[in-house]
Formats: sequence, C-alpha cells, structure tokens
Amino acid sequence: MSTLRSILLRRESGIAVMIVLFCLAVGSVKPQFLTLDQLRIILLLTPLIMIGAMGQMLVIVARHVDLSIGSMLGVSAMVSGMLYRYVEVMPWWAGLPISIAVGATLGLGNGLLITLFRLPAIIVTLGTLSLYRGLTFIISNAKQIDRQYIPSELKALSQTSPIFGIPWIIFIAFGVAILTYLFAMHTRVGRQIFALGSNPVAAPLRGIKVTQVTLLVFAISGALSGLAGILYASRWGFVNPSNTGAGFEFQVIAAVVIGGASINGGVGTVLGTVLGVLLLGCVAAALPLLGIPGTSQAAIYGAVILIALVIDRSVRRQGIVGLKRAGA
Amino acid sequence: MAADPLKIVYIGKNTGNPYFDSITGGFEDACKSLGCEFEFVAPATAEATSQIPFIEAQIQRGVNVIGIAPNSPDALNQVLADAKAKGILVLTVNGDITGNEQYRDATILPVNFDIVGRDQVEMVGSLIGYEGEIAILSATTEAPDQNKWIVGMNETLKSDPKYAKMSLVATVYGDDQPEKSTTEMEALLSNFPNLKGVIAPTTVGIAAAAQVVQSRGIADKVAVTGLGLPSEMRDFVKDGTVKAFQLWSPYNEGWLAVHFAKGVIEGTIKNEVGSTFEVPNLGTITINANNSINTQAELTTFNAENIDQFDF
Repeated sequence: MSTLRSILLRRESGIAVMIVLFCLAVGSVKPQFLTLDQLRIILLLTPLIMIGAMGQMLVIVARHVDLSIGSMLGVSAMVSGMLYRYVEVMPWWAGLPISIAVGATLGLGNGLLITLFRLPAIIVTLGTLSLYRGLTFIISNAKQIDRQYIPSELKALSQTSPIFGIPWIIFIAFGVAILTYLFAMHTRVGRQIFALGSNPVAAPLRGIKVTQVTLLVFAISGALSGLAGILYASRWGFVNPSNTGAGFEFQVIAAVVIGGASINGGVGTVLGTVLGVLLLGCVAAALPLLGIPGTSQAAIYGAVILIALVIDRSVRRQGIVGLKRAGA
Repeated sequence: MAADPLKIVYIGKNTGNPYFDSITGGFEDACKSLGCEFEFVAPATAEATSQIPFIEAQIQRGVNVIGIAPNSPDALNQVLADAKAKGILVLTVNGDITGNEQYRDATILPVNFDIVGRDQVEMVGSLIGYEGEIAILSATTEAPDQNKWIVGMNETLKSDPKYAKMSLVATVYGDDQPEKSTTEMEALLSNFPNLKGVIAPTTVGIAAAAQVVQSRGIADKVAVTGLGLPSEMRDFVKDGTVKAFQLWSPYNEGWLAVHFAKGVIEGTIKNEVGSTFEVPNLGTITINANNSINTQAELTTFNAENIDQFDF
C-alpha cells in the first residue's frame, strides 16, 4: 500500500493517469486503439521527439530554452545525407557519429553565444533557428537527398527489430532516456544542472562552473538533435532542406512542459518527459483514427496540450492522493 | 549590334522542393539553347506573401519574363499588375491564379487539371479490378490543386458506371508531412480493414503511404497509387510495393515556358486563344481557353518497365 501511495504521490502520476484515461476513452470508441499494433504505431511516432526532449529537458532545467533544435536536426541530417550521396566509401553507420558531432558543434555554438555575450537563450536560439536552417540550404544547394542515397542498413534501423518486433529506433530512444536519467540523477555535473537552474545567482557561490555547465547542456541538446537528425533519415528515407526538422521544437518543448519540467528552471524528470512524449504520440495517433476531419485536427491537438497542462498543474500541487483526500 | 539577351526568372513555391529542380532544369536547358539569361529564385516557405518581395526585386532588376508557381490565387494580384504595367511578360507555370487570370499573360500547366481526378480514379480502378473500398490521402486541407482533383475524383466515381462497384470511404489529409501522412495512412488501414486502394495525389503523401504498405508487407492487399516523383518512388516500384503511379514531366513545363516567352516577345507567337506554335520535342502546342497551355494531353504512368527512363 505504501508503495502504491508513494507512486501516486509522485509528480508524474497526473500525466500517467491522463494517458491511461485518454487511451481508454479513445479505446471505448475505437477498440483497435488498445491493441499491440496501435502501440507499435504510437511508439514509432515518438523516437525523434523523445531524443530531442531529453536534451531540451536538461536545457529547460538549467533555466534556458533551445529553439534551434529543429534546425540543428536539419543541418546534421543534411551533412550525413550529402556524404552518403557524394562519398562512395562512406560506411552506413558513419552517419551516426558524424551527425551527432555536427549537432554537438552547433549546440556548442549556441552555448558560446549565450555565455560569451550574456545573451538570453531564447534570443540566441531564435537567431540560430534561422541561421542553422539557412546553413542546411547552403550546404545542400537547396536540393533534397533522395531515398536512393540513404543506405538501406540505416533505413533498416526503423524497420527491423532485435526483439519482440520493436524496431531498433525505439530502443535507441529509450536508451537515450535511460542514459539521460543516469547522467541527470547520478553524476555530479548532472546534479549541478538542477542546482544552476533552481538558483543561478547562488550556483557560482556553491562552486558550480556556470559557463561549463551551460555549454554542456547546449552541446548535449545539439548532439541529441544530431542523433535525431540521422534517425530522421533512417525513419523517412530522405533529407529535405526545408522540411526536415521544421517545427520539431514545438513538439519537443510541448512534450517537456507537459512532462512537468518548469520553465523557471530546476525542475524536470526523465520519466515525466517520457510520459509527455507518449501522451503527444497517443493524441497524434488518435485524431486520425477517430476520423476527426483534417480541418479541425490542429486545433484539437493544441487544445489537448493545454488541457493536459491545466490538469497536470492542478494535480501536481498535491499528487493524486492528496487531491482525492481534499475533494472527498 | 546584338540585342540584349532575354532575362527570364522563375519564382518557385519554395526552395528545397525537388519537384521544382526538374522544372528549373527545363528552363535552364531551353535558355541555353535559345540564348536567354535564366535565374531561379524562391522563398524559404511556400507562403503567398513570401513571394511578393521576390517579384518586386525582379521588377527592379528589369527582367523581361517572370514565370511563377503562385502560392495563392489572389494575394499576388497587385504586384503582378505592377509587373505587367512595366511590360514584363507574366506566366504562371505549374499552377494558376484561378479567378484572377487578368493578372498574368498566360498559364503553363502540365496537363489539363480537369482530367487529373478522372485519370487517377481509372489508375486505382485498374489496380484493384474496379471493385472495393478506396480512400484519398491528400496534402493540406486547403491545397487548391489537390482539392480540384479530389472534386474530379468524386464526380468520376459518382457519374461513371464503370466505377459503380468502387466506394470512396474516406478523404484524409497528411499536410505534406511524412509523420502526419504516415499516421493518417495507418488510421485508414485500421478503420477500413477491407481497404483495397489509396490515391495519394501528392509526392510526400504517396511516398509515406508506400512506406507504410512496404513495412507492413501488404502490397498484395492494398494498392497505393497517386502522383509521385520517379526519383522518390523508384525503390517502391522496384520492390513491388507500388505497381504504378502517375505524374507528368515537370521538365517540359520549363522547356515550353521559355520557347513560348521568347516567341511572344519576338512576335513569332500570338498569345491568343486558339493560336498554335511549335516547340522542339513537344510538337504543336495550342493555346486553350483563358490563355492556358498544357505540355501534355494525358498523365504519364510510371511502372517497373519504364521508371528507369526518368531521371527526375
């Protein structure tokens, strides 16, 4: 009983309950929503967002925000795509380290602009959102990398499975989530990110190297955007200079905030973020299944995000148990 | 003294759109062979207002011909009127400003868009034996060309007894995003277990639909067809996921536009409804009602036999 109670008192309980209720509600109208096949569809919608959300969560915990992730995704996917196209000896797996390195470099660029010139992250990354997207056009000469140039082994990561019919790409996403958990909760630097975000003024007095930690979170955000970039090529089989990664930041920031991270810094969990990503995936998969007309889907999607936030913030103050006690 | 070469610009819907690479190729080759100067410009996003500054800049630059793939049927009226007032020949290429035809001199479309819906219904019918449930996976809800074709598909299904045993069970929109198109395609398969065929009259949609069918291994149950680019569909055709799909030659639109523009400006072609002119490789071209010109009479069908002959 006390275990159950401690689970329900956790901050993430609100969103977990919401996912269950949402799925049951959709399932009562469309029973096929509660099948394993549908779970596979939902999981396949989420890996890129989940990977991006892990980086974004760390950035938001550090009391910053990274709006440039979609453009970093685009550049890093395009660099690997160009290499696949023009360098015949390029092995299929080389795109992974290359895209991650490109993303980390761009993320470090964000961090340097923020720390060197003491600029707000929202302004710097708004600028690099455009700058990095422009880079994608320049390096590709505004040409798409077509399906035929993406190695079939890379595409297979999204289609073939090591176990249970679950594609590799989903294991990669959950692997990133577990590593992020270990890093954030069980390393000294990880804990310093939380300390920095809760009180940026006091952080240096407590011996936290603010500049290094800031550079690190933006480099991680970039590196994970780079990983999402090469996996975009795997999942969709092409890299397009304008579409690849466009609007990625909206989905990722929504998932992180629904997952309970505070825009005021210092607060955020990997579990909450994973649940936030899954809730968005459930909603995205449910809308077409329910036969909601295309004209209304965007509005309903946005409304669901807002409702989720309102419910979550109300529940969060006391946890489910406390709410029940107070109400009943 | 030789006259200055004609300056021709083509303004695309947006940059990075592989479809426009092929149109631009036609413009470039024709300009090379006829001795014109050519430039391609396009905004980063396919928005109507984002094309306006590009048109203004080209008027300033003093071009002779503006070809444009309009992002809106009416938002460009004023700036196109300015261009025409400066004596610039304005051609809409690969899309028209329906209802505002007075703001351009002529339109060059790949085929008569009235027949696209009909031909697509025939295509999917031939793939499923003219019997069973079909669905449409389109681009955005407001895409003018796709909506026109969808109207044509509905009319054909209703009026032609040949398709009496086919029923259109859903029309959904993937917004030309791979994620959204994939989710909509999965929902179609889940909601309509007897679905026989899907028409996706958009390049992103058909590729996403094909990928879903490929990964589920159900190509023998669900026929995916529509309008696609051979370069994006080649793998799916070769592995049997997609038996056949259609499009036209975007290249020929650019090729024809340059020949037409040069002829009109030099006075060898009369830009009047009913007049005809010759274009190398395309034969005799007629100017139809509303000064509308088509590069081909029928859609081109791509299948395993011929797909390697197309390099766009």
